[in-house]
Amino acid sequence: MAQAISARGKLAARLARHSTGIVASVLFVAPIVWTVLSAFKPAAEARLPPLPPWPTTGFSLENYATLNNFGDGLWASAQNSIYVSVMTVVLSVIVSVLAGYGFSRFRFPFKDLFFVLILSTIMIPFQSILTPIFLVLTKLGLHNTLTGLVGVYVTLQLPFSIFMMRNAFDAVPREIEEAARMDGAGNATMLVKVMLPLVWPGVVTIALFAFLGAWNEFLAALVLMTDQSKFTLPVMMTALQSGRFGAIDWGAVQAGVTVMMVPCLILFLALQRFYIRGLMAGAVK
Amino acid sequence: MTTIPATSVAPARKRAGAGRRQWIGLIYVAPAVALVMVFFVIPLGMTAWMSLHNWPLMGEHSFVGLGNYWAILRDTRFWNALKFTGFYTLVVTIAIFAVAFPLAIFIERPRPLTNLYRTMFFMPAVVGFASASLLWSWLLNVDSGLFSPAAYDLGLIDRKFNLLATFQPAFWSIIAMVVWKVAGFTMIILMTGLQSIPQDLQEAAVIDGAGPFARFRAITLPLMRRTLALALILSVAGSILAFDQFYIILRGGPRNQTLTAVYWIFNQSFVSFKLGYGAALSMVLLVILVALSLVQLWLLRKPEGLD
Repeated sequence: MAQAISARGKLAARLARHSTGIVASVLFVAPIVWTVLSAFKPAAEARLPPLPPWPTTGFSLENYATLNNFGDGLWASAQNSIYVSVMTVVLSVIVSVLAGYGFSRFRFPFKDLFFVLILSTIMIPFQSILTPIFLVLTKLGLHNTLTGLVGVYVTLQLPFSIFMMRNAFDAVPREIEEAARMDGAGNATMLVKVMLPLVWPGVVTIALFAFLGAWNEFLAALVLMTDQSKFTLPVMMTALQSGRFGAIDWGAVQAGVTVMMVPCLILFLALQRFYIRGLMAGAVK
Repeated sequence: MTTIPATSVAPARKRAGAGRRQWIGLIYVAPAVALVMVFFVIPLGMTAWMSLHNWPLMGEHSFVGLGNYWAILRDTRFWNALKFTGFYTLVVTIAIFAVAFPLAIFIERPRPLTNLYRTMFFMPAVVGFASASLLWSWLLNVDSGLFSPAAYDLGLIDRKFNLLATFQPAFWSIIAMVVWKVAGFTMIILMTGLQSIPQDLQEAAVIDGAGPFARFRAITLPLMRRTLALALILSVAGSILAFDQFYIILRGGPRNQTLTAVYWIFNQSFVSFKLGYGAALSMVLLVILVALSLVQLWLLRKPEGLD
């Protein structure tokens, strides 16, 4: 009898737990699903309130097509976003791997000063130095170029990713390098052939954060990219949503938001392990 | 899915071996240092320098000493923006913790489906603030959105209500959106803190007859001090710098009541092109954030442990 009661109590507790979990999950995921589904409505239906969220008058890609007609088009902005994000990933990985290796394995003048300097930039909000960045880019002839934006994004990634990479290199036992050096490996060979495979998880983590950071950044892109042909997705979509291209087409907004969200979600779901790892590393900092 | 280590501590710094060509390290770190110089240190110095000037976008700039700073003292709209930013930071931080803490407790222990729930709760956190703001500006729209038409269809209101037209509903809509977006992130941080508390400590307290509330107060909270401080600082610093959601959803409205500090600096610098004045405003913001970082260092000063 007592056992039956406790079993029933356990079942009730489990039921309560899972209903809480399901309700909360739905609340968090619903806005995303709602948008993705609504974007597939024909334009006429997309103007109406999204009840129900899925298309009722037929599946359509019209919203994505119209989106391509605003300004320089969805595809142009998407290309800009892809270029900026990929370049940010590549450059921040190269720069951080080199610096992480340097800070981990060598002694040189001003080492501690440089390390503290790089890490301390995390205390300074980049929002407060955007004006001079704008002027510096103008001086360098990088004004209103995607390359200039990449430079800014890479710099923003550095404190986190260099910290991350230095710790990754620190965790590699020195014996491995010594053995490789016996075999005649030089510094560059050592880094690429011996060390890189060992710090690979750290590289994936910083690449993931660099991509998400660059893909989602809004304020710097808004300020620094003044020419419509250089707009990244967030800037282009905000211009559209503010009615800059005429009456606001909510169907196009849904389609654009879907394009902005889906790569982040796919990358996160595929590389979740690395993402959480990065958060943990940041959390102990 | 992954199991998360209770704590991961950076290995102790090891002295570099006594190699001959140690200076080569300088070459490895040079690109990073150069980038930080060009895009951080120099702009930082320029901000300070520009803040002492009248600096239009076109034409000559002129030295005005502390003139811009005196102007800030009289700039009631900036102080209003700062006051609003402070109010928003307070409210949103409380709201985020009120949601994230229960979620962190909910997903702390590995049980069936916990990983799935955690992933679900976290999904909005990987979406950008701009995407989230665009998404919610649609959901909040009076005619084509979700909330107002749904409430109307359900008969909760007799005519469609524009959530973004007056301050209170607009403000709370933003709070709801930010909590939705950020709670999963704070949840993960808090979860690491919870997981770092030794299980036997809790069990010993249970044997001693401590109830769940007493255990939470006497064990969980004190042992989580550093994690709590970190989550708090991240939330406060992020909120003080809030811009995207207020720009995209509200354009600072209704009636300029939701202009945040960064938004005001943006307006002064890149709409009115008063670059010198914008730089002075930036310096004020910078001092606030650096002071906050110092508080952070103090709060995080010693590792969690049993005293």
